[in-house]
Amino acid sequence: MATADDLKFQEFDDAANLLAANPDATTISIDEPVEIPKNQHSRLQEPGREEDDELLGTDDSDKTELLAGQKKSAPFWTFEYYQTFFDVDTYQVLDRIKGSVFPVPGKNFVRLYIRSNPDLYGPFWICATLVFTIAVSGNLSNFFIHLGKPTYHYVPEFRKVSIAATTIYAYAWLVPLALWGFLMWRNSKVMNIVSYSFLEIVCVYGYSLFIYIPTAVLWIIPQKVVRWVLVVFSLCLSGSVLVMTFWPAVRDDNRRIAVATVATILLLHALLAVGCLAYFFDAPELDIPAPIIPVHNST
Amino acid sequence: FPGLADVSIPQDIPVEGEITVPVGSHSPEEDYSTLDEPVKDTIMRDLKAVGKKFVHVMYPKKSSALLRDWDLWGPLVLCVSLALMLQGGSADSKDDGGPQFAEVFVIIWFGAVVITLNSKLLGGTISFFQSLCVLGYCVMPLTVAMLVCRLVLLAGAGTVSFIIRLIVVGAMFGWSTLASTAFLADSQPPNRKALVVYPIFLFYFVISWMILTFTPQ
Repeated sequence: MATADDLKFQEFDDAANLLAANPDATTISIDEPVEIPKNQHSRLQEPGREEDDELLGTDDSDKTELLAGQKKSAPFWTFEYYQTFFDVDTYQVLDRIKGSVFPVPGKNFVRLYIRSNPDLYGPFWICATLVFTIAVSGNLSNFFIHLGKPTYHYVPEFRKVSIAATTIYAYAWLVPLALWGFLMWRNSKVMNIVSYSFLEIVCVYGYSLFIYIPTAVLWIIPQKVVRWVLVVFSLCLSGSVLVMTFWPAVRDDNRRIAVATVATILLLHALLAVGCLAYFFDAPELDIPAPIIPVHNST
Repeated sequence: FPGLADVSIPQDIPVEGEITVPVGSHSPEEDYSTLDEPVKDTIMRDLKAVGKKFVHVMYPKKSSALLRDWDLWGPLVLCVSLALMLQGGSADSKDDGGPQFAEVFVIIWFGAVVITLNSKLLGGTISFFQSLCVLGYCVMPLTVAMLVCRLVLLAGAGTVSFIIRLIVVGAMFGWSTLASTAFLADSQPPNRKALVVYPIFLFYFVISWMILTFTPQ
């Protein structure tokens, strides 16, 4: 239990004095990486501060760096190294998906859900599902739109699957790479409090694409208004997740660069949605009766 | 050596005997040697193993025969026949047609490899080829569905035939997924079973979609 005294900032005394006062405290030596145990009870950790810092992540950003380094210590050519990226249980994946669909204002997706355990399962399989959902829904929607026309012969349009796959996987991997490089570069110029690892950015992007899966299914409805409302709605939801994640990382920077970065993130996200809608889903016919063939024999 | 100077082989005694080493009794390893048996026996043994696995897929029980003696003959035959039956669609037309032979092949094998890697990365204890074997054999109900679809399409391509095909493909898709889950679920860590089953569901869904949307030219 954190008392009022514990919440006040404490001067750091000599290490010997501190140790004498609290012999059970965990000591840390700087020369080697040491895993900080999660349940330490020494005075150096202030559990009351965690809620304030959740958005910024100052409290546990040091810890996450140490823990991340500790976790992925297997060399990259072994299988165990890649197993650390799949260290999630079913309920964790479901929680992360829920967090991406119902963004809580003020809470950072990365700090709240990922907590230094980024996984590749979510991004990979959400992208795969999205690829096939868009291809299948596009096919179905075109089938229903052109149903009944004698000149239309149904083709499964299998080529579009490969195009969809390339586009979506490129978006889910190259944009985080570019963003991560950009943030690293700005980090070297401006001392940012928050910095994300590459995998965490990939994770956020992957999970934020989840909302497009039910959207793609609903795009089968051949009404323009419905489709555009769906685009705007899903863009708001997943865009807000991205904005709330990346705003703390750039807000200490030059104001114009920060706004430009966030605007670019949103623009690329919107471009993906609109591009998929335009390419895979034919425009629905307007609600007019069958065109009347002009009568030529009137002249 | 002083005594040897007197030793000499007399020229008139013929030297005879066997040069070869006498063959000892049959060692146990030689009983498993299959080089001497007739070719028919070898082929029949493999065919029987493949046939037994097909029966196991038809009535999926938690038996370990499918896992223990894995082989990839069955999956290869199923994959090739499915890819062949998916030909003859709109493949000859110039616009976007159905999947080509290579596309079906790649989807099935690449999909099976990805699912196997996924289950191993999540901490599954099954071996790589065992998982490939199970996933390949469980394509069998969908191959049967493809056969039925082609026969139904010979009769006509209207709404009734579509409904029949939908029901048949749906039932076979469910059967495939349940069969492969029955074999693979035990080797997964308990908290992650859903994470492993979902990609299998997606895999068979994509194959079912290819079968259902097949339209002959």
